[in-house]
Amino acid sequence: MNRLLPILTVLLAIVAIWYGAAVWMNAPWVRDQAARAETVLTTGDLVRQTLTLDRPVLPAPHQVAAGLWDGIAGQKITSKRSLVWHGWITLSATLAGFAIGTAAGILLAVGIVHNRAMDQSVMPWAVASQTVPILAIAPMVIVVFASAGVTGLLPKAIIAAWLSFFPVLVGMVKGLRTPDGMQLDLMRSWSASRAQVFWRLRLPSSLPYLFASLKVAIAAALVGTIVGELPAGATAGLGARLLSGSYYGQTVQIWSALFAAAILAAALVALIGAAERLTLRRMGLAR
Amino acid sequence: MTALPIIAVWLGAMALNTWLARFGSRATRLAVALIFGATVLILWEMAVRIYAIPPVILPAPSQIGASFMQNTAILWTDFVQTILKGALTGWLIGALAAIATAIAIDRSPFLQRGLLPIGNFVAALPIVGIAPILVMWFGFDWQSKAAVVVVMVFFPILVNMVAGLAATEPMQRDLMATWAAPYAASLWRLRLPAAMPFLFNGLKITTTLALIGAIVAEFFGSPTRGMGFRISTAVGRLDLPLVWAEILVAAIAGSLFYGIVALIEKKVTFWHPSQRHQRG
Repeated sequence: MNRLLPILTVLLAIVAIWYGAAVWMNAPWVRDQAARAETVLTTGDLVRQTLTLDRPVLPAPHQVAAGLWDGIAGQKITSKRSLVWHGWITLSATLAGFAIGTAAGILLAVGIVHNRAMDQSVMPWAVASQTVPILAIAPMVIVVFASAGVTGLLPKAIIAAWLSFFPVLVGMVKGLRTPDGMQLDLMRSWSASRAQVFWRLRLPSSLPYLFASLKVAIAAALVGTIVGELPAGATAGLGARLLSGSYYGQTVQIWSALFAAAILAAALVALIGAAERLTLRRMGLAR
Repeated sequence: MTALPIIAVWLGAMALNTWLARFGSRATRLAVALIFGATVLILWEMAVRIYAIPPVILPAPSQIGASFMQNTAILWTDFVQTILKGALTGWLIGALAAIATAIAIDRSPFLQRGLLPIGNFVAALPIVGIAPILVMWFGFDWQSKAAVVVVMVFFPILVNMVAGLAATEPMQRDLMATWAAPYAASLWRLRLPAAMPFLFNGLKITTTLALIGAIVAEFFGSPTRGMGFRISTAVGRLDLPLVWAEILVAAIAGSLFYGIVALIEKKVTFWHPSQRHQRG
């Protein structure tokens, strides 16, 4: 609990800075309007107006909160203005991609650990591919799939899968290799088969690594889905909300979509964290 | 029947690799990786030719290479605009700001306890999303891209640097204290060097992020040059070989960027066990 106070202090400081920045960045516009209307603004007026603009340069925190609340609770869930609806579209693609990517990553990691040729062939490229900005071509993948007639959830899920694939692969290979020689020798002295070594030793000892990379992977999958929703023509999903907000100068809409995405990411990571704690405690690995 | 040559090449390469992998020396390891990469390229080329896949969906490696050679001038302007001006400037500013912040909050455990969880949290957020906002604020040119990159790289580097500054052992700090070293000296001679492995970990992670930020930000508006701009317009003209050539540039730039940072790391943290181990 002694962490709560510092965190709250920093958060308060951030909100205060945000308010200050909102006043400062919106002030030129308000002054300009006042000069045109030939009215004289008191400081109080200036501050009040900068915080209630329709299309502010930087919306104040309470405007974003209102936009977020309106998007989540103020609309029918089926409405196209509802953030829940957009969030669900993003979430479903994220989860589909995450599932595909994780499954592929684990399978390939198992193959790599058990087959030296595969290890030496694939691993260097898997590591090298981490340095390639794959995400940047996500919109292109969408367009190419669309020209091949594939639209909807699948192309976005493929990008999300691609992004969550490598963290899982690298983490899982590392995890499956954690058992040291002593433990492997013990299994051998019990004349355990390869399958038994895998199920009883390698897989359990890889779980901490797996969960650590799952957290990275689901955050990456969400980013991938959102970027995949950016190309013009996309109408649904949080990424599309961001894009349409930026086209029409609806800053409050951009910020609420951004915060909705942040909440979604935090919830997903927290969910995996909870699963991690539960599993590791059952296995007696919890620290 | 048309798939036969593809399967033949695949099986042949796999057999060769399986045989080579048994030696496990440095040269054969390299050879195995290279053979795998070459096999993928050959299979790709064969698949495109045999099944006559239109270049709109998937161009063959040879077409991409030809497009790369033809458009070197365009690719170079895009490289300068996006990588050198956008990504690199932003990465440097973000890294310096993060290091300065880490040193500044290092003296206050209170701030550290408050900032670290928030930094960890923010590092997991889809920060790319602020790209449209920053493009609105800083205009279409490279400044807005650099700003996106600054925000994207700041928190991962900050978190790593704070962890690094805390990495010295009490015994070592006590030793500095017995020598009556002032704060600056103990920072400069003990804690900064000790933080370097952590810092470089953060720097390496963020090289890719920097490129991603710079390219994605261009989708929200850019001058008529830049890799993101070129990718989206070339997709519009269905000039997929050019798109893939840009991707090739991004891949080369990303690997080079990472490689250079890793090289500097090797020079700076030569004393660290992980580096010593590699020298063998």
